[in-house]
Amino acid sequence: MALLEVQNLVVEFPTRRGVLRALDGVSFAIAPGEILGVVGESGAGKSLTGASIIGLLEPPGRIASGQIRLEGERIDHLPHAQMRRIRGRRIGAIFQDPLTSLNPLYTVGQQLVETIQTHLPVSAAEARQRAVQLLKDTGIPAAEQRIGHYPHQFSGGMRQRVVIALALAAEPQLIVADEPTTALDVSIQAQIIQLLKSICKTRGAAVMLITHDMGVIAETCDRVAVMYAGRIAEIGPVHAVINHPAHPYTAGLMAAIPDMESERDALYQIDGAMPRLDTIPPGCAFNPRCPRGFQARCRTERPELIAAGPTQAACWLHDPASGVTA
Amino acid sequence: MSTATQPLVPPLVRVHDLAKTFDVSAPWLNRVIERKPRTLLHAVDGVGFEIARGQTLALVGESGCGKSTVARLLVGLYAPTRGGFTFDGQDAHAAFQGRDARALRRRIQMIFQDPYASLNPRWRVEDIVGEPLREHGLITGKAELKARVDELLTCVGLSAQDMARYPHQFSGGQRQRISIARALATAPEFLVCDEPTSALDVSVQAQVLNIMKRLQRERGLTYLFISHNLAVVRHVSDQVGVMYLGRLVELADKHTLFSHPRHPYTRMLLDAIPKMHDTGRARTPVQGEVPNPLDPPPGCAFNPRCPHANARCRAERPALHEAGAGTRVACHAVQEGRL
Amino acid sequence: MKNPLHRWLDSDMGHSLRASPLAMGAACVAAVCVFCALFAGWVAPHNPFDLATLELSDARLPPAWSPEGSAKYLLGTDDQGRDILSALIYGTRISLIVGLAGVALSLAIGVALGLLAGATGGWVDALLMRVCDVVSSFPAILVALLIAGVARALYPDAPEGMAFGVLILAIAFAGSNGWVQYARTVRASTMVERGKEYVQAARVTGVPPVRIMFRHILPNVTGPVTVLATIQVATAIITEATLSFLGVGAPPTAPSLGTLIRVGNDYLFSGEWWITVFPGIMLVLIALSVNLLGDWLRDALNPRLR
Repeated sequence: MALLEVQNLVVEFPTRRGVLRALDGVSFAIAPGEILGVVGESGAGKSLTGASIIGLLEPPGRIASGQIRLEGERIDHLPHAQMRRIRGRRIGAIFQDPLTSLNPLYTVGQQLVETIQTHLPVSAAEARQRAVQLLKDTGIPAAEQRIGHYPHQFSGGMRQRVVIALALAAEPQLIVADEPTTALDVSIQAQIIQLLKSICKTRGAAVMLITHDMGVIAETCDRVAVMYAGRIAEIGPVHAVINHPAHPYTAGLMAAIPDMESERDALYQIDGAMPRLDTIPPGCAFNPRCPRGFQARCRTERPELIAAGPTQAACWLHDPASGVTA
Repeated sequence: MSTATQPLVPPLVRVHDLAKTFDVSAPWLNRVIERKPRTLLHAVDGVGFEIARGQTLALVGESGCGKSTVARLLVGLYAPTRGGFTFDGQDAHAAFQGRDARALRRRIQMIFQDPYASLNPRWRVEDIVGEPLREHGLITGKAELKARVDELLTCVGLSAQDMARYPHQFSGGQRQRISIARALATAPEFLVCDEPTSALDVSVQAQVLNIMKRLQRERGLTYLFISHNLAVVRHVSDQVGVMYLGRLVELADKHTLFSHPRHPYTRMLLDAIPKMHDTGRARTPVQGEVPNPLDPPPGCAFNPRCPHANARCRAERPALHEAGAGTRVACHAVQEGRL
Repeated sequence: MKNPLHRWLDSDMGHSLRASPLAMGAACVAAVCVFCALFAGWVAPHNPFDLATLELSDARLPPAWSPEGSAKYLLGTDDQGRDILSALIYGTRISLIVGLAGVALSLAIGVALGLLAGATGGWVDALLMRVCDVVSSFPAILVALLIAGVARALYPDAPEGMAFGVLILAIAFAGSNGWVQYARTVRASTMVERGKEYVQAARVTGVPPVRIMFRHILPNVTGPVTVLATIQVATAIITEATLSFLGVGAPPTAPSLGTLIRVGNDYLFSGEWWITVFPGIMLVLIALSVNLLGDWLRDALNPRLR
């Protein structure tokens, strides 16, 4: 059974000018121990998806319809008190900025122990032992001394390790990481990615890794979901999506990224820009910019995720009934 | 660009022993009461390079390496503590202080990182792009000014209607294009670009980089391109300089640097980049982090993290020396033939 | 079809105003006061300062709805036969003008000094901030009293213009209610804007520093100051009323609301309550409505600033 199942999630923001749909029917599943990447550009809705799952959607945004199931139980419209128990114990969170993720007034040890004791029935002494072990597991040297240090006494990369330790403190089954390496230097990024992979594999935690960096996805994830304008454009195993993208947007994205292997004069560019929430075109959201837009159907009917080889793409090109070879 | 094909024209920009030190001490009263010493930050500590006309030199490095400070030194936003640079043969810093400052500022311009902070939110696009023209008195008639702004906006892919709008009505990529249009207003020869695409999405980045490359070809522009993204650097540059803690550790042409990196830090950087198509490969990233710039290690700045460091590395600071194939490296191990 | 007022009412701010009945009410009251103040000559039934029209026999008449009152003087008369309603309207005009002028002067001084301090930094900034600290350590009303009182003592027969001038000065320099708060706010905003890249771009282009200060930075720091100024108008009006009540504010030939309250104070305990109470209610109404408007403005501007 899937650990996390999201079915037709719709997130809306009521504004003065009408209701804006930030997420429009997002569906995916995460198996236990799997690392799923959610990639997309700004405005695609990937952070909102993460926020909806953790239950930290900012009002007036709300989940208008759809279901989020954690191990079969619905968690999308739980009362606050119950959601708080789930958050931390069964779902852990890592955010982008390690500086603001930690309370500057409490030591790292106090924050770890507080999290552990809130969710697990252990004594203070045992909680402290677990905290020290967590710091060691996340690669912080001299953990016994550093547990008494304040966040400002750690460097950027070390702080992010502490945040990872905090997320794992109550031994959750799922970790939602929203751009965990974006604010870090390239060399530290490599260390943190490595850490995330190994520690999640050893503890059997599944990860939902939200980022805009395809390279990080390539190195870390098992499967990846590409988001565009609040919908999933393509989802599948990471090698398949990167090397043989089925959706024209994914293909365009891959071609636009300068990489270390090939030499090109001009990067491929997808003309135009992602539509804003209030100007999403009917039919397929990508159709105005699509180089393969080939029939009137693209402009009128919104495609569902269709099997396209090893991946699934929301594109009419892969509909066997369309008679077109993709 | 190897040294074998030395250009007959002198380089447009020649930087020599450039250094900038910031005084970040606590206020005088605090220092007296708490008996704290003066704290000096050596943001840039002796950097030298050349850029030939029409070429792009990229400076890469991680946070705290001083590349942004170098950018600001080259446009006259800071005055150097030591050393300087010549632009087209004349001493640039003397020119920035003297009466020829305006003429020099017409020829050197800058593009900034943050598209949201680099345009005045209260000014219309027309005024933003036209300001350099008005400031330097290059165009005086209102109609001519409008026509020139229109021309500039068109060449970066925007339209004449955009002149009357405000910055908040544009996306990040479009704002960066407005910045480029503003920078080109005085027809400069040298553009310093401080991480121009770091804040942009991948597809937008592609658009902006393509525009920049096209403009360079069409107008013979010279770029100093600052970035932390090695893939982007590989795409746009001719020469690459790697900086660490205010010093230049390697300087080579693009192909040589990416295929045969010599300095241990360069190798580590290249190894740390997540590879998209070579997935599943196990890597051992180098441990440690960039040390505090206020308290750099003695000798070679990289020695605490370097697997090849010996006693000389911990005591003596290496100078940039020729290492064959047009590469310059600041490393004792390379010089001694250990690497 | 849509005139500018309709278009503004349709905007984000207009909607925010319409959504809040309190703000709408405050806006209406303030609008009525301003209207009366502007057109006092036509709105007021009598001219209380024209000595020829005063009839001493009509002195101390109660309001029209009392048995001894007369319909000619709606809110009664004071000890010299002046119609209270008319005196109210003229007094409101004086209070509003003095309040607005006081805030305007505070703004001019505060914004200029704040810009200078924020843009220059170094010892200029340190000196100005210490001056601000010293000025704001005095209780606001005492400083105003000092300035106005000393001026009145030195020149008891000063012409009207000079008396008002001193009054406006007293309000502008009234400790932490005066120019100091604008200087501090503008200085903080200036220091933030100075580090932004559009200012650096202007410097790279070679724009001289003074022009950068006024053409680039100033338009971007006026936001928080606008809200402060609106709320401070209420404080300025009350300061003026206080000074007038104490006898060192508006000259006796042009009484403001504070003067009226003071005059009526003497008659309060003999049962002639209307001479004090009506000016008092008017003062409260103006101050309250301006304050509420300022509150609404701050909230309306906030989400957009985010």
